[in-house]
Amino acid sequence: MRLLTHNMLSSNIKGVANGFPLKIEVVKVVEKEVDFNIDFLKNMFHKVEWKALAEASTIMGYVELPENVDAAMLDSDDFLHKFHHALLELHLEEGALVCPETGRKFPVNKGIPNMLLHEDEVPYMDEARHFLRGVVS
Amino acid sequence: MKLKQLESYLGSLEQFSTPKIELEQYPTGAHIASRMLYTAENSFEDVNSKVVADFGCGCGTLGLAAGLLGAESVIGLDIDAESLEIAYANADELELDMDFIQCDISNLKWRGQIVETVVMNPPFGTRRKGADMDFLSSAMKVASQAVYSLHKTTTREHVKRAALRDYNARSAEVICELRYDVPQLYKFHKKKEVDIAVDLWRFVPQRKQERSLSIIKIESIQI
Repeated sequence: MRLLTHNMLSSNIKGVANGFPLKIEVVKVVEKEVDFNIDFLKNMFHKVEWKALAEASTIMGYVELPENVDAAMLDSDDFLHKFHHALLELHLEEGALVCPETGRKFPVNKGIPNMLLHEDEVPYMDEARHFLRGVVS
Repeated sequence: MKLKQLESYLGSLEQFSTPKIELEQYPTGAHIASRMLYTAENSFEDVNSKVVADFGCGCGTLGLAAGLLGAESVIGLDIDAESLEIAYANADELELDMDFIQCDISNLKWRGQIVETVVMNPPFGTRRKGADMDFLSSAMKVASQAVYSLHKTTTREHVKRAALRDYNARSAEVICELRYDVPQLYKFHKKKEVDIAVDLWRFVPQRKQERSLSIIKIESIQI
């Protein structure tokens, strides 16, 4: 799982108000080279949550991203290459994603996070039941 | 890449060895998948350099087609671990980098506007009613640019109404009608091959800005 994907994943456990970002527990990180695409990076810069990306990158062992950023940095080739590496080339191969509110762990095996919820964690069940009760009564 | 070439790459992919009936696992044939993604790229520029998600990716055919057509990043989502393993191996075979997530599409929660295009061949909802609409609802929340999906032609009016009224679609168009050859995978199939008419849809979500503007409008009317 790349950090681009991590930047949109959120914990969806019942009762969790803010499930983003998921904390990362690292067992193994792999790096895979990806072609550099400036236009893509400039577009993504405005869409990613920078703080979540920078923190995730640090945990994955890549500490080159600045803490604070502004759009002027997109003129720097050096910055773009670091952004590219963190966003697209680092993969969490083994480890876990942890819900920031409940501490529930979602395991990551062979690069694939398992985000399946247990039955009692599914958010809409209760809402649906509540709704149905309202309809019946 | 030419259409023929794309179709031939997809034709070489491994498919379900033991499809699960409760998940309505039917392979997306190379013929349909190649035309779906080829149209998305060549008529609408929704694939190349984009972030594409494949909902209910199964063995990964649609997502990998997006990767072959130059998507910058492809994410495949499926509830079934076995399918994801096959998809992973297929991606390896084509030397494409694809991210995978094991999750239930119907309770997906994603932040932001990172995914531009969602492609999917959802369960048709014949085994679990409404499964196709759950997929469409989730896809419309995630995609910022377009959703491509296959639905039975018999549900056309229903799909159009739901997309425009309930799922915030700015437009919902049938791009073409296809014949979907479902091979005899399950015992309940009486004929050797079942031929279903399906529509290839392109849905365009409202820009999120537009959506918040329309909310403001409604509020001001109430005042």
